Amino acid sequence: MASPFLSNTTISFSSSLSSSHLPRLLPSISFSPIRFKSNPRRILIVRSKIREIFMPALSSTMTEGKIVSWVKSEGDKLSKGESVVVVESDKADMDVETFYDGILAAIVVGEGETAPVGAAIGILAETEDEIAEAKAKAASKSGASTPSAPPPSPAPAATSTLAPPKPAPAPAPAPVAEGPRKTVATPHAKKLAKQHKVDIESVVGTGPYGRITPADIEAAAGIAPSKTNVGPAVVVETTPAAPPKATAAAAAPSSLPPPVPGSTVVPFTTMQAAVSKNMVESLSVPTFRVGYPVTTDALDALYAKVKPKGVTMTALLAKAAAMALAQHPVVNASCKDGKSFTYNSNINIAVAVAINGGLITPVLQDADKLDLYLLSQKWKELVEKARAKQLQPQEYNSGTFTLSNLGMFGVDRFDAILPPGQGAIMAVGASKPTVVADADGFFSVKNKMLVNVTADHRIVYGADLAAFLQTFSKIVENPESLTL
Amino acid sequence: MHSALSSLSFSQATTVPRSNYAFDSHSPAFALSQPVNLRFCGLRREAFGFSSLTQSCSGRVRVSSRGHSKKISASAVGNGTPPKSFDYDLIIIGAGVGGHGAALHAVEKGLKTAIIEGDVVGGTCVNRGCVPSKALLAVSGRMRELQSEHHMKAFGLQVSAAGYDRQGVADHANNLASKIRSNLTNSMKALGVDILTGVGTIVGPQKVKYGKVGFPDNIVTAKDIIIATGSVPFVPKGIEVDGKTVITSDHALKLEFVPDWIAIVGSGYIGLEFSDVYTALGSEVTFIEALDQLMPGFDPEIGKLAQRVLINPRKIDYHTGVFATKITPARDGKPVIIELTDAKTKEPKDTLEVDAALIATGRAPFTNGLGLENINVVTQRGFVPVDERMRVIDANGKLVTHLYCIGDANGKMMLAHAASAQGISVVEQVTGRDHMLNHLSIPAACFTHPEISMVGMTEPQAREKAEKEGFEVSVAKTSFKANTKALAENEGEGLAKLIYRPDNGEILGVHIFGLHAADLIHEASNAIALGTRIQDIKFAVHAHPTLSEVLDELFKSAKSTQQPSYQKKHLGGICSFADDSHT
Repeated sequence: MASPFLSNTTISFSSSLSSSHLPRLLPSISFSPIRFKSNPRRILIVRSKIREIFMPALSSTMTEGKIVSWVKSEGDKLSKGESVVVVESDKADMDVETFYDGILAAIVVGEGETAPVGAAIGILAETEDEIAEAKAKAASKSGASTPSAPPPSPAPAATSTLAPPKPAPAPAPAPVAEGPRKTVATPHAKKLAKQHKVDIESVVGTGPYGRITPADIEAAAGIAPSKTNVGPAVVVETTPAAPPKATAAAAAPSSLPPPVPGSTVVPFTTMQAAVSKNMVESLSVPTFRVGYPVTTDALDALYAKVKPKGVTMTALLAKAAAMALAQHPVVNASCKDGKSFTYNSNINIAVAVAINGGLITPVLQDADKLDLYLLSQKWKELVEKARAKQLQPQEYNSGTFTLSNLGMFGVDRFDAILPPGQGAIMAVGASKPTVVADADGFFSVKNKMLVNVTADHRIVYGADLAAFLQTFSKIVENPESLTL
Repeated sequence: MHSALSSLSFSQATTVPRSNYAFDSHSPAFALSQPVNLRFCGLRREAFGFSSLTQSCSGRVRVSSRGHSKKISASAVGNGTPPKSFDYDLIIIGAGVGGHGAALHAVEKGLKTAIIEGDVVGGTCVNRGCVPSKALLAVSGRMRELQSEHHMKAFGLQVSAAGYDRQGVADHANNLASKIRSNLTNSMKALGVDILTGVGTIVGPQKVKYGKVGFPDNIVTAKDIIIATGSVPFVPKGIEVDGKTVITSDHALKLEFVPDWIAIVGSGYIGLEFSDVYTALGSEVTFIEALDQLMPGFDPEIGKLAQRVLINPRKIDYHTGVFATKITPARDGKPVIIELTDAKTKEPKDTLEVDAALIATGRAPFTNGLGLENINVVTQRGFVPVDERMRVIDANGKLVTHLYCIGDANGKMMLAHAASAQGISVVEQVTGRDHMLNHLSIPAACFTHPEISMVGMTEPQAREKAEKEGFEVSVAKTSFKANTKALAENEGEGLAKLIYRPDNGEILGVHIFGLHAADLIHEASNAIALGTRIQDIKFAVHAHPTLSEVLDELFKSAKSTQQPSYQKKHLGGICSFADDSHT
């Protein structure tokens, strides 16, 4: 039982060194500054005053421990006897104390992760000067089992490349009209800033009264929030298509004009970075566009009828597109290698959604097979998940065709960029009353909507697209089939 | 008058060090808290009706305390002579949980009993305290569980996004309060307790008047009188409570809005429970604590663990060692502004901008307008001075016969169940049985998720006493991690701690942090109340698998040098009451 361990015992690092299963190593550690080749994870440098914090053995049966929480954060000063970290053993949670004074330079094993007994879980530097060295060491240490925090080693590189654009905003740290104003950050924002090592002073708050919200920190840290540790749900991140283009993108910034004084540089969030990457990649695909006017009176009437049942316009359009795609499989295909058609067995409609500061394309899978009501419900779930940033990868990267609708903003037509990995994307404008003359010369007013499809001309030709659009238009103009 | 919500004896721990918040009926500070009383407490409002309306209450207190000698002589001539026959055997002023407990016990003892209430039956606890807060906490507990994807996954459960309807939550709290209130009222009516409506004022020995504003007063006499008027939220000066963005627990329990960011002033019971509610409903919380550490009054080890579980992983930050010296409600497009002052240097330290502020700095006794001056009793910081048998002590240090004060109004232990226990103790005394309540056997609980509970002394208190009296103290601990039931619930986070004397096996204190801690504490509090020792209780059997086994294991892991009493020949005095040192 835990009580004998819990009562009065405070574990210090020293005890981890001297604990029962390590005695053999102990003499050599204390007498020679030699690295132990036999056990690479126990590299102990005595030369400088950088010390490792080891996973202590809290019980005789303990082989590994889980870090419950770091009581101290990186950069905190520690004094001998202070609690630094809470470790969960097979028996209980215990505070682990430092045996030395110093500064917690780096955390090697993050909260919630486990490490074998004796493994380094953090690095302790004696003075501030040694922090950099300690950090480098931590970076080498973390190696394959990198903790959840961004790996320390690339970080300096990143900052140095980021450095040039930075000087511009120097005089006005926060371009808020009121001039020098106290930074206000919410409790959670502060916690996140600490966790992700974001300098809170450099963040511009977008919350009420200009306060810094957790979302601001997440944006500044370039992370997509919430539990999904998978890359954020980002515009069509299917298969990395044309890597060579990346170099072109990298080269571009060098020719950028100097920033206008007073401008602010806001780095991309991960989501925004992915959008950028995909957009640049799309340049390698030869695309063309075909537009088509579609009469929507019947669709509008149907929508009015089914709306109370929870059906959304998005679901109707997705369903119509999916049914048309079923008849024109080439538009649902993609060209992966420039040499072949890849026909997709499923019709998965990705729908672009703007989400604060980013763009997500949740995917309605098998949109041709699901009925309208299921589709609407599915869509609602996906949007909620997207807002909560909890989309699973297959829920945003499995699309075979993309639908983008700006009609609700009154846009009458627009032109979409084809996401890499797909054959076509449909851009839907607003449906507007339009005067039309029929074959007999009678004028009437019909609601017309302009649909514009961008496609990969390597696999989809003009006639294919035209035929597809004709089918789509027929379905929309006779929408009864949508409800079947 | 209200249990977990009040700051119990810790209220002293929280209020005493805040000397600049000190509550003194003779200082202007009291006048500042007056508007609060006026607004929130019906009793208070009507109490004013008796004094001239142009006169402020604090003024009235000062006048009366200055001239009390005169009044005494007057009363000695006028109504100083106690009546020979009485309307009632017992009159209780205040129908909160304390008054209710006393009334029920009095009826059981055959006393003719009346209870005077100027506001609603049930007092703080039922209407503005423990009862509605438990309803909110029941909601927050479920929200927490449903929101914890990790927790749900561990059970193999899948739940889509959990949400709540604020009004629905608020209604649950309100419905619970009215239900309990009617239960309380009905139980007294059914037993034949007279419920007299109006504000009770003592006009002389064994004589009370009561009545509503605008109606003639009634005078009733009783052989014994119990004051049980309770308390109101204490608002330090400089804080402007508007009831919307700067609120006390009275408003917060109505849950009229859930701010994005709320500052909670005070990290005792009330503050902690509300932080649990607000963070579960999506708010971010900033604690402001005058002492150097959060959760003063809890056993330090429990406090540390509780902070690790209840504060650090949640959307909460805190400022310790600071006073909120000025709080301005949100208005004119500005947020709530809180000025923080260093508790030691008294230097301005920081300014916070938040959406709302909850004042949870403890509770102040509600004793003004009671007519204590008529019997030469002077309150201390508003509290009615009493001896260990709840007998009221007058300005000369003498006992006032036939007058008792229980509950928050005496400040001994500001908990609903303590008030009730004190009331029962008083009834025992007036029916001819000497009884003294052992306050160290009264448990206390904080209904966070998980809960915190305790009885008796904290470890530092026990060690200090041991040092003084020269005995040894031992500590035993068990973790919830080893408990089958806790693990089945995926709630292994928790600790139970026993502080005891190894030489005689006496239990000095038990502190629990973990699932259902508030329900688990009673085994320990009963053991303390009955004087059961470690060496005996460890043979008691507990059902398996239950959370109670945490305590079973705790008792078993303690080491007393004494033989269990079943091995002793003299079984007579096993249940000797706790030592004198306990009282």
